[in-house]
Amino acid sequence: MSLVIKNGRVIDPASHTDRVADVLIVDGRIAGVAPDLSSPKAAVFDATGMIVAPGFIDMHVHLREPGFEHAETIESGSRAAAAGGFTSVCCMPNTKPVNDSAMVTRYIVEQARRGAVVNVFPIGAITKGSAGEELAAIGAMKAAGAVAISDDGMPVMNARVMRRAMEFAKSYDIPIIQHCEDLNLSAGGDMHEGAQSVRWGLRGIPAASEDVMVARDLLLAELTGARYHVAHLSTRHAVSMVEHARLVGLPVTCEATPHHFALCDAEMHAYDSNYKMKPPLRGDGDRAAIVDGFARGAITAIATDHAPHPGSEKMQEFERCPFGIIGLETALALSLEELVHPGKITLSRMIELFTTGPDSVLRLDRGTLATGAAGDVTVFSTGLEWTYDVNQSASRSRNSPFDGKTFRGGPVATIVNGEVVWKKE
Amino acid sequence: MPSGLLGIEELDRAEIEAILARAKDFQPLQSQSNKKLDALRGKMIVNLFFEASTRTRTSFEIAAKRLGADAVSITAAGSSVSKGESLVDTLNTLGAMRPDAIVMRHSASGAPHFLARHLPTPIINAGDGTHEHPTQALLDARTILDRRPTLEGIRVAIIGDIAHSRVARSNVHLLSKFGADIVLCGPASLLPVELKSLAPGVRLTNDIRDAIRDADVIMMLRVQLERQHEASFPASEYFRFYGLQLEHLELARPHCIVMHPGPINRGRELSSEVADFQRSVILNQVENGIAVRMAVLEKVIG
Repeated sequence: MSLVIKNGRVIDPASHTDRVADVLIVDGRIAGVAPDLSSPKAAVFDATGMIVAPGFIDMHVHLREPGFEHAETIESGSRAAAAGGFTSVCCMPNTKPVNDSAMVTRYIVEQARRGAVVNVFPIGAITKGSAGEELAAIGAMKAAGAVAISDDGMPVMNARVMRRAMEFAKSYDIPIIQHCEDLNLSAGGDMHEGAQSVRWGLRGIPAASEDVMVARDLLLAELTGARYHVAHLSTRHAVSMVEHARLVGLPVTCEATPHHFALCDAEMHAYDSNYKMKPPLRGDGDRAAIVDGFARGAITAIATDHAPHPGSEKMQEFERCPFGIIGLETALALSLEELVHPGKITLSRMIELFTTGPDSVLRLDRGTLATGAAGDVTVFSTGLEWTYDVNQSASRSRNSPFDGKTFRGGPVATIVNGEVVWKKE
Repeated sequence: MPSGLLGIEELDRAEIEAILARAKDFQPLQSQSNKKLDALRGKMIVNLFFEASTRTRTSFEIAAKRLGADAVSITAAGSSVSKGESLVDTLNTLGAMRPDAIVMRHSASGAPHFLARHLPTPIINAGDGTHEHPTQALLDARTILDRRPTLEGIRVAIIGDIAHSRVARSNVHLLSKFGADIVLCGPASLLPVELKSLAPGVRLTNDIRDAIRDADVIMMLRVQLERQHEASFPASEYFRFYGLQLEHLELARPHCIVMHPGPINRGRELSSEVADFQRSVILNQVENGIAVRMAVLEKVIG
């Protein structure tokens, strides 16, 4: 079983590679990167004119299984991931039941082994039922395959519980990911608090609800020494606080989503729930700070927060609709469109944000094309025009504000463990 | 999108002027012995009220009937809405009965806008959450114009829970389009600073005396306890600092009128003496409500 990817521009930031070369994968592992590689029995994928990068990792998705299979399954979500150029995804624990035990973690791993076309790494809960009170079985979940812990969607409000969780996370050397939101400040809010929410008469989620939680957690991270990661960071203050913490040497990282760097509240379509998510689309200054944060190294990963909801749930009064949008299939194209094409960051930096960035937090032993590494490769174009049609999505859900948008560049082929699992038609 | 009436913000000055002029035509009718026209004979209007309302619903119903249309009123309690049917399904069902317009009040901001994207029937917004209440602003403008030659340059103080007021938002949009000076007043927790950017000509103050000084029009808002999701102000001292009292009126222009969208809370947002004050035009507003809603129904359906 071998595959040779011919003539692409190979960019592997981890090994400082950027040149036209072939990539040979043998038995699911990278066997070499060099010009004119060949192997007598190898299948050939022609990547002429394309970028060949280490397989992209999305460290923040919701696959909805077990419990919400009408919205997404591990299998359908993994196909959406593949169609978006992702070779690995990490699924958040807010399923039914919540992934707060080794049993649920094992179930997810097993379902992924059976049906997923990309690598699926579960993230376990911080607290039982993500209720924020009693710690979940963190060590057992890690042993069963969990790569991080998070109560995503249900921030740990109690500072003492968070402190203890960080101490355990440090003991087990597992990163702790927080959805930063002070629920008292954000209570009842449906969108970013600002001129637009006031105009539309919608209740606001102030930027301060994120900022105070980030501030609290950074102090706790310093106290405990835990490896701490801010999920879907959305405010300019959060960017600068995380940047400061990193400068003083704390083991702190953060991610931002494509919708938070591509859109702001002023661009929302009125009362359209495809623009409703948490954190909400913020002000234009916040968006600019995120873009700048990627360039400066303050933000170390792009993650989608892929959050499928079936149409029936999104077809309601705005205030009743659930939060979240799907994002796996548009992440790469939005990153090219908003970050690379306008010259905000280099192509190599963008690839880092999809590979070594998340891998340095999760330690999946992926994210590079070094010889011997996992044979996960993302092939993409930077110029090919295409239009996103959400009705063709591999996801079971259709909740995207980017339906109908035309992009320059996007995924071309996704290779997992040496096998082409998705190819652009 | 079908041509209903969702808000004041998206109307231009000419459209508003046309409605106000037409409403003036309908005013004499209200005191005639035969109040019925047949402009909308054979038309069917559904009043769909997901939120309690007596005056607005009745006003729309009377307006429809005076134009010769048939009107059916449905309140959420007792309809299939309370049986868990979704808003879209309810409206689709009603839409299938082919009404010529649906007049709708809903507690969720944007509910009529959301429905207008999915339904062919014209929707008239009779108040959506804390967003807009367009016919209230139109009848308020009609009431002011019955006493003043123009809205241009007049000073209007709007006082109370601005944050949660759809009446305030619609009035700000309307008055601003005509070049009025608008002062919004309330405690800071009910007066977000972003209100300043709602429309040109808006100023904010936390001091009721500052708001009233030289006002031509004072609009008091109902203290909407049902829209308070938290304790935004200490209720016990609200009247003392933000309730309108007779002595305040000395600060205003001599001809200044006092308005209120009703229902009034005597002793909460205004004193009983102010409610009965000779330049209080609260009942004129109610009367103009019918003429203005006739003009709106005629514009949307006729």
